[in-house]
Amino acid sequence: MKLKKKTPLIDQHDKYGFWGGKFGGSFIPETLKKPIEDLTKEFHKLRKDRKFIKKRDFYFKNYIGSPTSFIKLENLSNHLGGAQIWAKVVSEANGGAHKIYNATVHALICKSMGKKYIVGDTGAGYAGKMLSMAAKKFGLKCKIFMGAKDIKRQKPNCDAMKKNGAEIVPVYSGSQTLVDAVSECMRYWVSNCDNTHMAVGSTVGPNIFVKICGWSTAQISRELKVQLKKEFKKIPKKIKLINCVGGGSSAYGFWSEFIDYDKKQIELIGVEAGGPKKSQLHAAPLSRNAKIGILHGAASYVCQNNEGQIKETESISAGLDYPGVSPIHCFLKDTKRARYTYATDEEALQAYKMVTKFEKLNPSLEPSHAFAEAIKIAPRLNKDTIIIVNSCGDAKKDRDILKKKLGKY
Amino acid sequence: MNYSLISQSFKNARKENRPALLTYTVAGDNTKKTSLRILKSISKYADICELGFPHNTPIADGGQIQTSSYRAIKNGIKINDIFSIVNDFKKNKNNKPIILMGYYNMIYQYGENKFLKKCKKVKVDGIIVVDLPYPENKIFASKCKNNKINFIQLISPTTSKKRLKQIIKDSHEMIYYISMLSTTGGKLKVSPKKILQEYKKIKNQNKYKNVVIGFGITEKTISSLKMADGLVVGSALCKEISTSLKKRQNPVKNVTNVVKRLKNKIL
Repeated sequence: MKLKKKTPLIDQHDKYGFWGGKFGGSFIPETLKKPIEDLTKEFHKLRKDRKFIKKRDFYFKNYIGSPTSFIKLENLSNHLGGAQIWAKVVSEANGGAHKIYNATVHALICKSMGKKYIVGDTGAGYAGKMLSMAAKKFGLKCKIFMGAKDIKRQKPNCDAMKKNGAEIVPVYSGSQTLVDAVSECMRYWVSNCDNTHMAVGSTVGPNIFVKICGWSTAQISRELKVQLKKEFKKIPKKIKLINCVGGGSSAYGFWSEFIDYDKKQIELIGVEAGGPKKSQLHAAPLSRNAKIGILHGAASYVCQNNEGQIKETESISAGLDYPGVSPIHCFLKDTKRARYTYATDEEALQAYKMVTKFEKLNPSLEPSHAFAEAIKIAPRLNKDTIIIVNSCGDAKKDRDILKKKLGKY
Repeated sequence: MNYSLISQSFKNARKENRPALLTYTVAGDNTKKTSLRILKSISKYADICELGFPHNTPIADGGQIQTSSYRAIKNGIKINDIFSIVNDFKKNKNNKPIILMGYYNMIYQYGENKFLKKCKKVKVDGIIVVDLPYPENKIFASKCKNNKINFIQLISPTTSKKRLKQIIKDSHEMIYYISMLSTTGGKLKVSPKKILQEYKKIKNQNKYKNVVIGFGITEKTISSLKMADGLVVGSALCKEISTSLKKRQNPVKNVTNVVKRLKNKIL
């Protein structure tokens, strides 16, 4: 298994859609074959279409607010000693997280395919909130599928979705979290694929959804590359790009431009959700060595039992609370290009506390997992090492959880 | 693979000038024992019995089958139990074909070869894998053939003409036509006339294939489709099990009555 240089990772799959011969693919019911084939054709046409790219860039700039800033966390770096810690503040994007890139692109595709309805899944509520925003912006009717448990714990994002005119469909089956929301959304699409477009909220699902999402979030690393050159004159010699990984959309977007670099120069570190310290449950299929399985139309490392039943996961962060992970991250793991680890709920909370104490930054619980790893390794590294954390979400949505756990928000 | 039990069942039904009746129930719903008793009892009226191996993230099943699946998993059903249900069933009902139906991850975790070896041993007649479409299913389908097990291809209203031809060409003895864009158990939202038109397109390609229609078939709708080779009823049976349990009635008796009534409607 080998990575190709100069080819975007999202395109390094075989004709059946597998990365490294075994991750990804399209394990879908027959009914979805045609809509997925249509979507695949449309996307391949659009990504080569200059007008479409121009449109995308226009909305990325004027609607999303690209580029998001790249800042040094002076106080945190000084406090920890060791490596310099920087942040790419993707949470500045319109709506407060990276999910807006994928949502905007899906809305544009939906328009271009002449469909009037758009549906999507959501865990933390960001994918749903952003899709509802994009739907409103482009005049599409929008339905969001969300686990009943997540609806309760991510209320601010639900309020936003409703304000944008989207219908939230609560999902009561199974564990009532993201995994069930995705299943229900796919089931809805099976029944309504003739007039409805589906947006999968991360780099997961059947092959084409991994590609569209990765293509959209890649904007993050394009910006970062320019910003790095501007700040340091050239790409520094020692960089560590740390990102949380649930489905893996922000991590792929943060890394895509840097995958071709030697890992001694640019290390890619993915941080999964380790769950509560004392719990057996987690949402860390990569770093806790889950077996390959098929979930939501793709083969990837999946938290599951011996029989192939998908396991319940547990994490304080709804956005990372997912038993599977993107096939492209499985590929990056097996080719050893990226390193994956996890942070527990407690570590993420501690990291949140420390970052907010020293910096004017309010990372949500998802990137707090990434900060936990940065805080862990920074003191051991020298000043020439540049740690960059993708602060991909804003903590506003977590205010109820933070209030409960830390006594304040 | 000539003269399989599946083909024989269609032949028998044809002789009686009626479609074959196919039932779908979930293995282990609500317990291993009950599901076996249901299977034995309904097979008096059904021509072919589909047995679902339940998965907890089914992407193409509606509420009724989901409920049955969760119930079976909660009550501890394992793949090996499912094989033992089939084994037990076949001891008494040697001539009744059994088709296993489920999601690919279960087969993948069990191991394709081991799974098929077990299927052969307990005399499974056919396999349907919901999320392993053509052409991705080519290798597995040929493995099934080598083990004298029918791999049943699915065709849906969205299947393109070109695919339709390829799928039929690569299919074994039976093809499953999905009546409409829906998960299992949806309300029949397409007219029977339209469904039968699509059905005929498949038959016109190759009249020797046994084509069954499924999704949305209930006591109300079954007679309108009776010119097909076979008709599958699943969610209606799962629903009956749920209702019986809720009312503390005997699901074996109730489900059997439903199947009996279904049969009467297509005679």
